[in-house]
Amino acid sequence: MNFLQYLINGISIGSVYAIIALGYTMVYGIANMLNFAHGDVIMIGAYMSYCATNYLGLHPLVGLVIAMAVCTVLGITIEALAYRPLRGVPSLAVLITAIGVSYFLQNAAQLIWGSAPKNYTSIVSMEPLKLFDGGLVITGEVIITIVASVVIMLALTLFTGKTKMGKAMRAVSEDRDAAQLMGIPVNRTISTTFAIGSALAAVAGVLLCSTVPTLMPTTGSMPGIRAFTAAVLGGIGSIPGAMLGGILLGIIETLSKAYISTQFSDAIVFTVLILVLLVKPAGLLGKTVQEKV
Amino acid sequence: MKKVLSMALAAALMAATFAGCAGGNSDSNTIKLGTSGPLTGSNAVYGNAVKNGMEIAIEELNAKGGLQFEQNAQDDEADSEKAVNAYNTLKDWGMHIMAGPTTTGCANAVAPECAADNMFMLTPSASGPDVIKAGDSVFQVCFSDPNLGLAAADYFAAHFSDAVIGVIYDSSDLYSAGVYSTFETEAKAKGLNVVCVEAFTSANKSDLSTQVTKCQAAGADLVFMPFYATEAAQVLTYADKIGYKPTFFGCDGMDGILATEGFDPKLAEGLVLLTPFAADADDEKTQNFVKKYIEKFDTVPNQFAADAYDVAYAIYEACTEAGVTPDMSSEEVCEKMVEQFTSMSFDGLTGSGMTWDASGAVSKVPMAVVIQNGEYVSAD
Amino acid sequence: MRKNLNRKQRGGNFKVFALVTVAFIVMQLLSSMGMLKSSVKGQLIPICVYIVLAVSLNLVVGVSGELSLGHAGFMGVGAFTGVVVASSIANVVSNDLVRLLIAMVIGGVMAGIAGGIIGIPVLRLRGDYLAIVTLAFGEILKNIIGNLYIGKDSHGLHFALNASGLVMEPDGSMILNGPMGTTGVEKIATFGVGFALIIVTLVVVLNLIHSKEGRAIMAIRDNRIAAESVGLNVFSFKIKAFVVSAFLAGMAGALYGLNYSAITATKFDFTTSINILVFVVLGGMGNIFGSVISATLLYMLPEMLRGLYDYRMIMYAIVLIVVMLFTWSPQAKNWVQAVSSGSVMRRVFGQKKEAEDE
Repeated sequence: MNFLQYLINGISIGSVYAIIALGYTMVYGIANMLNFAHGDVIMIGAYMSYCATNYLGLHPLVGLVIAMAVCTVLGITIEALAYRPLRGVPSLAVLITAIGVSYFLQNAAQLIWGSAPKNYTSIVSMEPLKLFDGGLVITGEVIITIVASVVIMLALTLFTGKTKMGKAMRAVSEDRDAAQLMGIPVNRTISTTFAIGSALAAVAGVLLCSTVPTLMPTTGSMPGIRAFTAAVLGGIGSIPGAMLGGILLGIIETLSKAYISTQFSDAIVFTVLILVLLVKPAGLLGKTVQEKV
Repeated sequence: MKKVLSMALAAALMAATFAGCAGGNSDSNTIKLGTSGPLTGSNAVYGNAVKNGMEIAIEELNAKGGLQFEQNAQDDEADSEKAVNAYNTLKDWGMHIMAGPTTTGCANAVAPECAADNMFMLTPSASGPDVIKAGDSVFQVCFSDPNLGLAAADYFAAHFSDAVIGVIYDSSDLYSAGVYSTFETEAKAKGLNVVCVEAFTSANKSDLSTQVTKCQAAGADLVFMPFYATEAAQVLTYADKIGYKPTFFGCDGMDGILATEGFDPKLAEGLVLLTPFAADADDEKTQNFVKKYIEKFDTVPNQFAADAYDVAYAIYEACTEAGVTPDMSSEEVCEKMVEQFTSMSFDGLTGSGMTWDASGAVSKVPMAVVIQNGEYVSAD
Repeated sequence: MRKNLNRKQRGGNFKVFALVTVAFIVMQLLSSMGMLKSSVKGQLIPICVYIVLAVSLNLVVGVSGELSLGHAGFMGVGAFTGVVVASSIANVVSNDLVRLLIAMVIGGVMAGIAGGIIGIPVLRLRGDYLAIVTLAFGEILKNIIGNLYIGKDSHGLHFALNASGLVMEPDGSMILNGPMGTTGVEKIATFGVGFALIIVTLVVVLNLIHSKEGRAIMAIRDNRIAAESVGLNVFSFKIKAFVVSAFLAGMAGALYGLNYSAITATKFDFTTSINILVFVVLGGMGNIFGSVISATLLYMLPEMLRGLYDYRMIMYAIVLIVVMLFTWSPQAKNWVQAVSSGSVMRRVFGQKKEAEDE
C-alpha cells in the first residue's frame, strides 16, 4: 500500500517536471538552445496567478489565464531582446545570456514581491480521494497535474504534427537555413515557440505551487534544473520523451527516498541518469543523429 | 577587444586601490555597526529580516539622542567566500562592531577574521556551535543549535516520553543538521523512541511528500522538524491533505509560519515550537516592535528580525555603560565590549535577563509555545 | 605562414605572462606598503583561484569544445582533500608553505583521479549530454561530500557516512563534519602561491594548446570527423585535456579551501560551475588571455557594485546580458562600427579582427 502511495507521489511531482520539461524541450528543439531562464518564467507565472487570486480576488482559472498571458508576452520579449540578436553565434554564448536573464528575473521578482516566501493557495478545490480506508490518498492536485500533462503532451504532438505553424517549427528545427530559403518566417516561428513554451511555463508554475505551496523568487530554479535533467533523460527535443523523462525522474526520486535513503537521494537520482545516458547516449526517446562528413 | 579589457582591468584596479586607502573612522560621530546576510537568493528572507530589525532598533536609539549609530548591511548571498568579502568591505567603511553575519556558514568563516582583527562580533542568528569557538571577541544573541537539540530532547522526555517520534531535517542546512545531530545523541541517551529519521537537501526540497509519508508509515505520532517555516508549510499542507495528524514540533526557525502570506493558520493548529520570540506576544515591547516593522516593511517580523533588534539594543546598552565613543578604534571598542558583555544582564525581545559567559554563548531558556486557534499560547 | 603564426602566438603568451606578473608585483608592492584596502586584499587569493579555474575550464570548453557544467565539483574535491591533508599532516610538517604545497598537489591528484573516472565513460557522449552528465557528477560529489564525516585521532584518519558512524579515541577531532563542512581551518593560503599556481596553469595549458596534441585537439573541436579520418585519436586527447583540467581545478580548490576558516559542500554546486563557465565564455572560448581578464573583472564586479545595495545583483545580471550581446551579437558589432566615426572604437574592433585571425 505504501508502495502505491509513493508511486503516486512520484508520478505527481514527475508530471510537474514533465510540463516544465515540455517547455525546455520545445525551445531546445527549435531554437537549439538551453533556456536556463525557463524555470524563472515558471516562478513569474506562479506570482502572477497568486496576485490575481489573492490581491484582485479573481477566480483561480482567470488567474491562470492572466499568468499565461503575462508569461507569453514575457517569453516573446526575452527572446526578442536577449536571444534573437545572438542568432547564429555558438550556442554557449546564448546559454550564458540565458543565465543572465535567469539572474535578472529572480532579482526583479525579489524587488517586486520581496524576499519573504508566500504560501500559494492551491487552485484545485477537489477533495482528496481516500482509498482503502485512507491507506492510499490521491489528492486533487495529483489528478489535475497528471491529466494536464497528458493533455498538453497530446496537444503539442498534434500541433507540431498537423498544423502549418507546427510543421514550420519542425522544419526550422531540422535545418534553419533551408527553412528560411523555403520561405518559412524563421523569426516568427521561433517567437511562437517561445510564446507556447512560456505559456506552458505559467501552467507549470501554477501546478507546481499548487502541489508545493512555497512561492519565492527562487522557486523555479531547482525544479527547472530537475526538469532539464528530465528532458535530457527522455531525449531532449522529443515531446513524448520529455513526458516520459519527467515522470520517470519523479518516480525514481520518490522511490529512492522511500526505499534507499533520503540523505543520498540526489546522488542516486543523478547516478541513474548517468547510467541511462551511458546505455542510451541520446536519452530514452531521443534520435541518434548521424553526423555528416 | 583585448585592449579594452586590459584597459578596463587596469582602470578597475586603480580605482579599487586608490578609491579609499583611508578607511579611518575619526571623521565620523556615529558608531558604525556592520552586518552581513543573504539579501538576495533563496535565503534572502533571513538576511533582510536581520537588516530590517536592526534598522528599526537603530532609528529608535538615534531618536533617543544619546549615542548615535549607523548601520551598513552587506549582501553575502549565504556564501562564506562572499561573507569574508563583505566583512572586508565593512572594515574599509570603518566599522566599529560586526553585528553579523546572519547565517552559520558565513559566521564560521567571518568569526576567525574578527578574532584575528580584534573586532567585536555579535551575531544575531548564526547559531552554530563553532561560531563562538573562533575567539574571545565573538558572541551570539541566539541560542546555539546544540542547546536547541538538547532542549527539544529534554522537552520530549518530560512531556512526550512515550511518543513514537519521527524526525525530518534538512541535511544541507547547518542549522537544521546542527540541531538534529545533538538531538540524535540526546534522544538515544534519554531512551526516546525515534522510529524514523528522514532528510532532505536544498536541491530536492521542492517535494517533501515522501518524507511525510514515511513518518506516517512508521507510525510516528510526534514529528520533530528542526527547520524553517518555509519548508514546514509544505509539510503541514501535505500532511493535512493525506489526513496525517501527529503532533508537529518545531524550533525557533519556524516562528514566522503564521505570518507567511497566504498561509492558512488552521494547518498549524497544535504545532508546538521551541522559540524565544512570538510576534503576537502581548508585552508592550514586542507589540511596539511588530507595529513599527509592519508599518515600515509591510510584513510581520520573524525571529531573525527580533534577534537583530536585540543585537542593536544590547550593543547600545553595553556602549553606553562602557563609555564607548565614536572616535575609538575597533580594537578599543572590542576590549570594552567584551568586558561589558561578560558582566551585563540584558532584557530584550527574545528573553529577559540574558547574560553571556566568556565563551560568547548566551544563557536564555527556550520557551515552548503551542499554536491554538491561530495564536501562540505558552505550552507549559 | 606557420612561422608568422607561431611568433604571434608566442607574442600572445608573453603578454599573458607579463600582465599576470606585473599585476602580481604591483599588488604585492601596494600590499606591503599598506596601500591596499582590506576588500581588495581579501579578493587577491580568490581571484587567483578563479583565474586558474577559468583557464583550466577553457581547456575543456574552449579548446576541446566539450561543455562541462561540473567544474566546481572538481574544485570541491580538491578543496576538501586539501583541507584534510593539511590538517592531518599539521604535526608532521611544520612549514606552512610546504604543507600548503603538499595539500595542493594531493588535492589536484584526487581531483584528477575523479576527472579520469568521470571522463572515461562520459567523454564518449557529445554536446549537451556531456553537459548534463558533468552537472550530475557535480551534484553527486556535492551530495556525498555533504554527508561525509572525517575525523582524526591517534590512530589516524577515520571516515564515515553518518555522524554516529564515526568512532574515535577521546583525543580525536573532527576535520570534516558532514553538512557543517570544515571549520576552524588554519588559513595557510598565500597570494604568492596563488600567483605561482596561475603561472603553472598557464604554462601547462598553453603548452598543451600549442603542442602537436593541442593543435590536434583544436582540429577535433573544429571538425571531429575530419580529425578522426586523418588518424587522430580523439578520445585520448580529450581525456588528457579533461584530466589535466580537473587536476588544475583541484589544485585551485585546495588553495581555496585553505584560504577560508570554514567551507561547506554547498559552495561547490551548479551555480559555482556556471559562474566559472561565464568567465570562460565572456573571455572568449579558447582565449586564455581573455579567461584571465574576464575572471578577474567579473569576480570584482559584484564587489564593486556593493554601493548599489538592493539593486546590486540585478545590475550584475544586466551587465552580464549587455556584455554578452555586445561581444557576440553581429548586429551590435556593426552598429558600433557604424556609430563610431571616431577612431577609438574602430581601432578596438579592428584589433579584435586581428585577434580572431590568430
